[in-house]
Amino acid sequence: MNARLIVFLLFWPVAALGQGFAGLGTDATGFAVPAPDPVFDFPADHGPHPDYRIEWWYVTANLTGPDGTDYGVQWTLFRSALAPGEGAGWTSPQVWFAHAAVTMPRAHHVAERFARGGIGQAGVTAQPFEAWIDDWQMAGETLDKVTLTASGPEFRYDLRLEAQGPLVFHGDRGFSVKSAEGQASYYYSQPFYRVEGTLELPDGPVAVSGEAWLDREYSSQPLSSTQSGWDWFSLSFDAGDKLMGFRLRQTDGSAYTSATWIGADGRTQSYGNGALTAEPLQGAEVAGREVPVVWRVTLPERDIDVTVEAVNPGAWMAVSIPYWEGPVRVSGSHAGRGYLEMTGYE
Amino acid sequence: MTRAVLQALAAHWRRNPLQFFTFLAGLALATALWSGVQAINAEARASYDAAAATLGEGRFDQLVPRAGDSLPQETYVALRRAGWQVSPVVEGVLRTDAGRVRIVGLDPLTTPGALSPVGGARDIDLNSFLTVGVLFADAATAGRLADLPQEVVTDTSVAPDTALTDVGVAQRLLDRPERLSRLILAPEQPMGLPPLEQVAPGLTRVAAQSGSDVGQLTGSFHLNLTAFGLLSFAVGIFIVHGTIGLVFEQRRGMVRTLRTLGVPLRRLILLMAVELLVLSLLAGGIGVVLGYVIAALLLPDVAATLEGLYGAQVSGGLQLRPVWWLSGLAIAVLGAGLAGAGALWRIARMPILASARPRAWAMAAGRGRWLQGAAAVLLLAVAAGIALADAGLIAAFALLGCLLIGAALALPLILGAVLALGQSRAKGVIGGWFWADTRQQLPGLSLALMALLLAMAANVGVSTMVSSFRLTFIDFLDQRLFADAYIRGVDRDRMPGIEAFLQDRGATVLPLLRVDSRLAGVPAELMGARVGPAYETNWTFVAARPEAWTQVAAGDAVIVNEQLARRAGLWLDDMLDLGGGLRLPLAGVYGDYGNPVGQAVIAEARFGVVFPDETPRQFGVLGLDPEELRSALGERFGLPPSSVVDQSSVKAFSLGVFERTFTVTAALNVLTLAVAGFAILMSLLTLSAIRLPQLAPVWAMGLTRGALARVELIRALVLAALTALLALPLGLALAWVLLAMVNVQAFGWRLPMYLFPLDYARLGLLTLLAAALAALWPALRMARTPVSQLLRVFANER
Repeated sequence: MNARLIVFLLFWPVAALGQGFAGLGTDATGFAVPAPDPVFDFPADHGPHPDYRIEWWYVTANLTGPDGTDYGVQWTLFRSALAPGEGAGWTSPQVWFAHAAVTMPRAHHVAERFARGGIGQAGVTAQPFEAWIDDWQMAGETLDKVTLTASGPEFRYDLRLEAQGPLVFHGDRGFSVKSAEGQASYYYSQPFYRVEGTLELPDGPVAVSGEAWLDREYSSQPLSSTQSGWDWFSLSFDAGDKLMGFRLRQTDGSAYTSATWIGADGRTQSYGNGALTAEPLQGAEVAGREVPVVWRVTLPERDIDVTVEAVNPGAWMAVSIPYWEGPVRVSGSHAGRGYLEMTGYE
Repeated sequence: MTRAVLQALAAHWRRNPLQFFTFLAGLALATALWSGVQAINAEARASYDAAAATLGEGRFDQLVPRAGDSLPQETYVALRRAGWQVSPVVEGVLRTDAGRVRIVGLDPLTTPGALSPVGGARDIDLNSFLTVGVLFADAATAGRLADLPQEVVTDTSVAPDTALTDVGVAQRLLDRPERLSRLILAPEQPMGLPPLEQVAPGLTRVAAQSGSDVGQLTGSFHLNLTAFGLLSFAVGIFIVHGTIGLVFEQRRGMVRTLRTLGVPLRRLILLMAVELLVLSLLAGGIGVVLGYVIAALLLPDVAATLEGLYGAQVSGGLQLRPVWWLSGLAIAVLGAGLAGAGALWRIARMPILASARPRAWAMAAGRGRWLQGAAAVLLLAVAAGIALADAGLIAAFALLGCLLIGAALALPLILGAVLALGQSRAKGVIGGWFWADTRQQLPGLSLALMALLLAMAANVGVSTMVSSFRLTFIDFLDQRLFADAYIRGVDRDRMPGIEAFLQDRGATVLPLLRVDSRLAGVPAELMGARVGPAYETNWTFVAARPEAWTQVAAGDAVIVNEQLARRAGLWLDDMLDLGGGLRLPLAGVYGDYGNPVGQAVIAEARFGVVFPDETPRQFGVLGLDPEELRSALGERFGLPPSSVVDQSSVKAFSLGVFERTFTVTAALNVLTLAVAGFAILMSLLTLSAIRLPQLAPVWAMGLTRGALARVELIRALVLAALTALLALPLGLALAWVLLAMVNVQAFGWRLPMYLFPLDYARLGLLTLLAAALAALWPALRMARTPVSQLLRVFANER
């Protein structure tokens, strides 16, 4: 049997948590559990939290080429702990994996990496900030100014990210509830990166610029066992304000939603279950399954009623646990662009 | 009615227990040899698959240290951090109280797909595998690891004598902290990688051999085994065919009686077919069990052979694999069906009131004889045609088949002619009767004699091939291993010093450079040698240009082994691309027996230009006593004694490997001959029963029972001797096909054929002995036949 497959049969309950789909019943025995009223300690909290089961450094970027072409870039480093805590060398229970992608209207390149903790192949340090796996890295003096690199058989990118605003905290000051039963994670973002850099593609290098969004999230059991997947939106409107919203789909067909409105100055407003709605308008056949690629997203309290449309409906992440992730265009009450992640579409 | 018919059918067996035994034993023996060989092949193939799946060797490029046997773990991390997709492997031998186990440690997260069998055990969680430690091994190996604190999981897909575990656990078990043995390169690498030399200058890249290489190499060996199995089966089918023919002939009367009693023909035929099916399943079952025993006995030798010849690890333990026991049963049923179909057809066509007199069953062969002769001529013609066309391994085996079957079919005709000649020259009444009676019996015995012919011819052919190979091989070893000792496993920094030291002491040092490569599209090794008088006097060529060595020494030519030349279709003066922009003409082709891969030799200086980073892995030393060399190098450079290998022990090892290679062949030879002897015994026993009416008049005319018995014995010996005489040329033809065609196709070398008259004489005597032993019992029975029984022949003359 394929070693990868085994790894993921074993990983499934753990890694799946991060994506929010499939086999979600694991309890958090032995692991630390997020509690309300968190007090963050930066820059230390930009680093890893090995006592929590799952953690990620998740960057998505909407970029534009010299000819106006839309490009999307994803760079995600996951930490998944087999047991709480750290160990020396190969005995470390920390396992790292990462996904990177470049998405264009007509092409989508994906790569994946795996690493063991404890031997230096992957890890994160908070000061100076460096998150790396193999040759992929996100590094800088501080989190505010970093370089971002990744490579795959068909692409490579080198980007410079510079924060234009403050960190923002989701849910209740960073304590983000994920279900009616109270599952939660710590969740904060840096959505204000300006980006410059180069994409190396099969047709040659392309100079790009645009904006990027970093999500930081860690938890030990973020989802309820009755949740089958999620749809997650990060939208940047042309006026400068932003919207983060997600919809966790319940197995009974209902959904749990949550949203954060982010002003251009960084002030936030959180909305609990039901305030945000997300309704699939149109599907596309991707990787042998139907995936919604046009959405209507509303947040009536902010007079937001927009249509979200995938730049490339085929932005399927064909990695060990596959999912859909790609750049989107936003029209309607607000215009702009952003990123969409959809998991659990079997 | 059905029940009555079945009872009647069973009654025949009850009255003729010997026929029952012959039928079962013949079919069971045939199935046993066939399924035994199949079991061995299936086991070996499963072991290759396991090895490939465990190690990924051959399927992926690898990075190995240029010197020494390990690399630092930091190099792995440095390569990963430079973007190189590599996966670590640490391997070594763990000595436990119960024996040695090869430990292979790998990292399940980075192995390039489909490598590890870890998946077999779902209940092992990754945390245990990575941090606590879990070893996977086959049952035998797992037993040897029982004392370890780690959990051991039995998994049949792991290669024999190997335990698989996490790289970190393996480092701890082997006490090699932070060291790795080699790195596996993933087939797909990211864009924009820095050069390997820059990140890991101490490593060298070894190209993948395609995954099936071990399979290809050993394929010919298995084909040999399969051919042997098929041959044995053919011999067995001869026996079964004979028995079934006899049984149905004797049942003619019963069939007539049953049909006149009102049993429909169709039902009768159906019931007889069912009877045949049940009996063949029974015999097949016994045969499969026997085959398992044969396989279990032979497998250790096969494993040793394969490991010695090809380095392929094969488990010494045997598993019941459905593939082979099902195929064993199937072939038993098929064989019995083949043998019985004709007989059933004859019964179906028999007029209901036709005479039930049992004719000596094969006497009906009158018209068939011409058909048989024509078939024999046709088959031998096809064989000759294939020999002239000289195409492919399968064709070579087809040639063997045509040759053997054609000769077997021709045998009764030739024997008949010889006996007719004997009859015409016979003096006296008894002599005349002897020849005539022998001719009369020939059809009944011919199948057994054919079996004997095939068995003896196979013996002559295979032993000629093996002995020719052996002589050539010993000669080759003497030529090739001309240095007094060999030094190996020395790191590159110390080598110049050692070389200077040895030259100061008056020794000739012959460094040998080597890289694994693909030449002309086949896996091969490229060697750089310090060409000099030592090579010129010792190496001989299969074919060479006059100044071959001078041209090689000057760097203007390359010499290759016969395997490479034949596989790549190259011969003298053809150009060979050696990589690195080097193309040289072929100046010579040398014999390189026992080496599975191709080889090319160029001058040391030329080699250095193309591969500047390669350093010699091995040195031949002439002019120094190996013992002296060992102690001098130990004192002066601290080299372990194992780094100096003396020539005589290399030779002894090589010969040992060679001998083991053919143990299996010898064992199968003996078995085939034994089966043929059994065939003769059974034919004579069954014939003796129906011949009573023919012998009774001779006895009545005054020949004593003892004299009759002697005549029977002599007859068997005469027939065996004639058969043996005919088997000799057939065996030699077989040997020629094996040496000149099968060997070239399967191994890549053609061997000179030597003749071994003494061996043949001994084999002839053995054949006569087997025939005499087989005829002894029937003769004794003849001598002891009660007079009353002979008299009764006249009383109930049919």
